[in-house]
Amino acid sequence: MTSTGQPPERQGARSLDPHLRRYAARAEGMTASEVRALFAVASRPEVVSLAGGMPNLAALPLDSLSDQIASIIADEGLTALQYGSAHGVPVLREQICEVMALEGVHGHPDDLVVTVGSQMALDLVTRIFCDPGDIILAEGPSYVGALGTFASYQADVRHVAMDDHGLVPEALRAALAAAERAGRRVKMLYTIPNFNNPAGVTLAVSRRAEVIEICARHDVLIIEDNPYGLLGFDGQIYPALRSMDADNVIYLGSFSKTFASGLRVGWALAPHAVREKLVLAAESAALCAPTLNQMVVSRYLATHDWKGQIKSFQTMYRERRDALLTGLDQHMPAGCTWTKPDGGFFVWMTVPEGVDTKAMQPRAVTARVAYVPGTGFYADGFGSRQMRLSFCYPPPERISEGVRRLAGVLAQEIDLLNTFGPTTSRSLSGPQTPTPDTA
Amino acid sequence: MSDRCVAVLAGGLSHERDVSLRSGRRLSVALRSVGVTVEEWDADASLLPRLREQRPDAVVIALHGGEGENGSIQTILELLDIPYVGADADACRRAWDKPSAKAELARAGLLTPDWVVLPHRTFRELGARPVLDAMVERLGLPLMLKPDQGGSALGAQVVRAAADLPTAMVGCLAYSDTVLAERFVDGVEVAVTVIEGPDGPEALPAVEIAAETGVYDYTARYTAGLTTFHTPARLDAETAAKVADLAVSAHRLLGLRDVSRTDAIVAADGGVHFLEVNLSPGLTETSLVPMAIEAAGRSFGAIYAGLVDRAIARAKPAL
Repeated sequence: MTSTGQPPERQGARSLDPHLRRYAARAEGMTASEVRALFAVASRPEVVSLAGGMPNLAALPLDSLSDQIASIIADEGLTALQYGSAHGVPVLREQICEVMALEGVHGHPDDLVVTVGSQMALDLVTRIFCDPGDIILAEGPSYVGALGTFASYQADVRHVAMDDHGLVPEALRAALAAAERAGRRVKMLYTIPNFNNPAGVTLAVSRRAEVIEICARHDVLIIEDNPYGLLGFDGQIYPALRSMDADNVIYLGSFSKTFASGLRVGWALAPHAVREKLVLAAESAALCAPTLNQMVVSRYLATHDWKGQIKSFQTMYRERRDALLTGLDQHMPAGCTWTKPDGGFFVWMTVPEGVDTKAMQPRAVTARVAYVPGTGFYADGFGSRQMRLSFCYPPPERISEGVRRLAGVLAQEIDLLNTFGPTTSRSLSGPQTPTPDTA
Repeated sequence: MSDRCVAVLAGGLSHERDVSLRSGRRLSVALRSVGVTVEEWDADASLLPRLREQRPDAVVIALHGGEGENGSIQTILELLDIPYVGADADACRRAWDKPSAKAELARAGLLTPDWVVLPHRTFRELGARPVLDAMVERLGLPLMLKPDQGGSALGAQVVRAAADLPTAMVGCLAYSDTVLAERFVDGVEVAVTVIEGPDGPEALPAVEIAAETGVYDYTARYTAGLTTFHTPARLDAETAAKVADLAVSAHRLLGLRDVSRTDAIVAADGGVHFLEVNLSPGLTETSLVPMAIEAAGRSFGAIYAGLVDRAIARAKPAL
């Protein structure tokens, strides 16, 4: 006992984390944040969440799926509940090739690795290609989950401007030239060409060959992330980059948006030479994607009208997109601009100069509406004037109500700015390069 | 205790929902570890029917911010005659509002940093620049800006230059329509937990807070490792006694009950300045109350079980 009569372990300096000096440098940014905390409120039904990217699964045939899953366990349980190959269930790999053929991709099942969602595929690709400090080019803005993966491998992300027609080839050339001038090696271009998350825009077909040609010339690998490609609202399907270049594009796909996100089944289709490394990396990361889940997806593809299901998703998401765009037209104050997606889940909105969407977020939560501030989609602090609005989950009438609330929040924020004058944003005031709705 | 059923209210719709859920979970585990039957309930539209139907023996409010601390939930529980741990609705209303609590304690002679409280409307109608100038003239720089209500340091920030004030005001007013600006007192930041027992309110050892960045903001509060805590605070005996007295005085003067946590600054001249009082203090794995209880060599679960006993006993009509 000490002089204060307490056991010594209860006294003195405590950091609450005895591992503090052990963490890798890549864990540095993993801290609690106000923004993340506010999302706890966004998940409540009282709040209209235009924040999350959760697909709406209500239209899935749950009774039939339930029977199918029971039958898999009854008939093939010892396989379904056992470890599987890191490569993935063979029959599913063949079926995935049929799915990709819809977008003009003709891959071999042996060149495809089934992963725990395409997020794992992205992780594996980054793991096998990127050393700390390597440059990865990504659209500005880009998918927040990809930026997190790149950060965890300590890659140096540089954004490439987009406009309403997607990635700007000239900006890509400029980014590559700048890196070369600095003596830096660009390892890969990460792109979501179709119905981009978060921007909602699609890479024009006329630009696709040019992007491929630029990357090939500069020896830069293309990572094509295509979770929304089949969710064009008019049934339109754009040719995948992979369909135009089988040698220099790794294609990432997913059943999360077209079937069930909770099953976590995605894949990577890689050039043949890369496949072995991907399989070995998958094995060391997770041994294998869950066998049962792979078999559920396989059974679904074999027994359900999955193309018809995708059509019904297209119709549902189109109605929701319409509700969002109509609401924005009706309610948003002057100075706001936004993209008009023809597929996918997201609209990207730019608010009047001086408004910081991250600083405004608490006011939005108080008003019971949620969005994602734009800074989360940039690795370099830009995006403070932008926000991502998702229309995938709430029904149309809730989306309309959410937009009405958001307009009120913006009006109050603009009132504040009128009072206090332009703020000096804690993040960069950007964008200095065009974002999809400002170009 | 095992035949009692206690409802821990956690979650709610305030900005502190996430922290509250973590507090509620930790408290529930602690209560169960000492044999109390606990259910965790969210504070939403299902709460009132649930309270009426299940009538728990007592409620512990682990809601932070808003309805959990401003007297609203307390009023509901009083309407239903359900015993609960913590201050009654009237006391909550007074203490929850930071300027009101400061004013009451200042009137009683306690030290608290000089302050100005103003709604957005005033800045809009009189012009921000002259009002901000007057504020700086009175309080000096740096100064502390906080929303007038709320916790977890959400919206709170130190402003070191006049040029930063407009941006800081916009950030702060995102949490509330009224700001509380305080003179910045440099010193040792401490938190003192007060627990009521048979002998009245008792201060537990003060916890000294040393945030790595110098500012004990949301990130520093809820990321293990970003703040060093000294338990007990590195204060001489006389100052430690002053700190404990301040917390007990605040608890008494504001009419609080069962448990509270007072945040204070010990200035270089030894003066102990009241900053704010927390009616439903954080109980997470990085929170100060569990740390103080542990520093006192007592059991978190046993203390809260004792407070549940007090709440139930209080509700019983005198024979």
